[in-house]
Amino acid sequence: MDAAQPQNDSDTLVRIRDLHFSHGARVIFDGVDLDIARGKVTAIMGPSGTGKTTLLRLIGGQIDPDRGSVQVDGEEVPALSRTGLYGLRKRMGMLFQSGALLTDLTVFDNVAFPLREHTDLPESMIRDLVLMKLQAVGLRGARDLMPSELSGGMARRIALARAIALDPMMIMYDEPFTGQDPISMGALVQLIRLLNDALELTSIIVSHDVNETASISDYVYVISQGKVVGHGSPEVLENTDSEWVRQFMQGLPDGPVPFHYPARDYAEDLLDHAV
Amino acid sequence: MLEWIRQLGRSGISQFETLGRANLFLLKTLVGLPGLLRRPGLLVTQLWSVGVLSLLIIVVSGLFVGMVLGLQGYNTLVDFGAEESLGVAVALSIVRELGPVVTALLFAGRAGSALAAEIGLMKATEQLSGMEMMAVDPIHRVIAPRFLAGFISMPLLAAIFSAVGIYGGYFVGVGLLGVDDGAYWSQMQDKVDLFDDVLNGVIKSLVFGWVVTWIAVFEGYDAVPTSEGVSRATTRTVVYAALAVLGLDFVLTALMFGD
Amino acid sequence: MKSNKTTELMVGMFIAAGAAALFVLAMRVSNLSSFSTGDTYHLTARFENVGGLKVRSAVTVGGVNVGRVTGIDYDSERFQAVVSLEVENRYNRFPEDTAAAIYTAGLLGEQYVALEPGGSEEVLKDGSQIELTQSALVLEKLVSKFLFEKAAEGEKK
Repeated sequence: MDAAQPQNDSDTLVRIRDLHFSHGARVIFDGVDLDIARGKVTAIMGPSGTGKTTLLRLIGGQIDPDRGSVQVDGEEVPALSRTGLYGLRKRMGMLFQSGALLTDLTVFDNVAFPLREHTDLPESMIRDLVLMKLQAVGLRGARDLMPSELSGGMARRIALARAIALDPMMIMYDEPFTGQDPISMGALVQLIRLLNDALELTSIIVSHDVNETASISDYVYVISQGKVVGHGSPEVLENTDSEWVRQFMQGLPDGPVPFHYPARDYAEDLLDHAV
Repeated sequence: MLEWIRQLGRSGISQFETLGRANLFLLKTLVGLPGLLRRPGLLVTQLWSVGVLSLLIIVVSGLFVGMVLGLQGYNTLVDFGAEESLGVAVALSIVRELGPVVTALLFAGRAGSALAAEIGLMKATEQLSGMEMMAVDPIHRVIAPRFLAGFISMPLLAAIFSAVGIYGGYFVGVGLLGVDDGAYWSQMQDKVDLFDDVLNGVIKSLVFGWVVTWIAVFEGYDAVPTSEGVSRATTRTVVYAALAVLGLDFVLTALMFGD
Repeated sequence: MKSNKTTELMVGMFIAAGAAALFVLAMRVSNLSSFSTGDTYHLTARFENVGGLKVRSAVTVGGVNVGRVTGIDYDSERFQAVVSLEVENRYNRFPEDTAAAIYTAGLLGEQYVALEPGGSEEVLKDGSQIELTQSALVLEKLVSKFLFEKAAEGEKK
């Protein structure tokens, strides 16, 4: 099941070791080890509710783990000071599920936002940069629209343009394909791969859309019930020994995760008129 | 029975936690205020949305409150033959109490609920989270300008309410009911003290502005990020702000006008 | 960040309106216009009974406001109330035998100190004491005096 893993430290951008995290009484991560290779597209997949979004927030330092180490580019994230954390975040881009565009700004101002906040570039230069980013996602003509006027797919692409505004070293995608029509989906899928290679980014995709995600990923981690249950390149995982992973990757309705909710024998239930 | 007591304890502890959160939140907001000097545009936008957009309701309410005071004041004073003192009655009631308090209550309802809803919605649509991930502190960028705008707007709105109200009373008393024009103003000027009455009224509205805006932005920021959560945050804002205003009004009045 | 010209204008007008309202309250509504410039001199007067006189009550001469009451103390050795007055400097030629009386403004009004100029050559200076005083009328005393007189009258018959 083990395929070629990124071994060398300088090849690994994000290193997670023995991660433990609980939210109240619920254990979300129970000893997770992950390596995200530089320059590659890594997918983190699993059933809904396994805390995949939580993982991104741990990497971004929005929450701290109960135990374990989260390292980004050699720096231990939970140990960073506020200034250090903010410095790190400027080098990370994040694409939220809903896009999370600022609703009171135009598309142009949204993409310009990180540039205006974190750089002292003159407006003329900012304008050029914004137009370039918008061109990369194919929405340069939409620059004067308001977020409320955008479709879901367009909003996500604008959010992507905003995420690459400061030329980050990595981008995290939180369920980017959920609820998209085939055309937007196709556009987004292609965009993620293209940008990753053209801009030499490292991409982390959190998703449960197996087919789309697997088609562009270099490496996949499957997480369930707080642990990594499988990892490897997409081809390797398709032929894995683990029945569960195969059920997940192939989208089979029945397998280790049963179709039927536990119940009485069917014949008994139907014939039981007394109840 | 025991369960009920435990429930009480739990709720009490959670109230304290909320209070603690609210205070830390306030401190972070205050720290973010100096940054606004570099970006006055943010403050101006908020002054518009919080202050200017409240003008209509404040002016209309002030006018009607003043007119009603003129009417009721006249009805009461005329029995004592003291209707010439109408100006004093109207002015003192408004400047000391009704101006700051009614303005604060209206402000809580109009601007306070709008602030809570807006911020709660930004939280629910992950805009605040997004800002954080872009290394922009949402408290400095979103909360601080709104807080300052509320604090600045409140005394201005209260002053406008008071001035309009006194003229409203003038319109009814002198214009319609025949109180002497000169008596209305001269008795008022004699009895209304700049420091004891006007300044105290301004201080009250500053305190109210601080508290109402604080409650509004905090409830929005602390809201559960669902539509139900935002709606509850908005309701809580108006209720808590109103109670706080009335409670503080009593305390301040006792301090300022008591012995 | 997107404050356009109109917004800025409206906000400016809002702040101007607020400032104007405060100005109106200060000038037209409050007693700012009758504020003394602070150039006053100090007088004292002793009374048996100050009635309802308060600090900041008016001091008048012939109905014209010339100063304020700034302090009311009690002298427990001589059992008298000591009232401190501040009178504006431009009214500095009150004769030494000027009398001070406590009257009531209107039927329910508040009380004030009325000065009645005497005829002496010497004038009251800063720190002087007004010798001739008339205490406030106390309603209960008036009534009991009236009843007493009535009773005395009845007895004589």
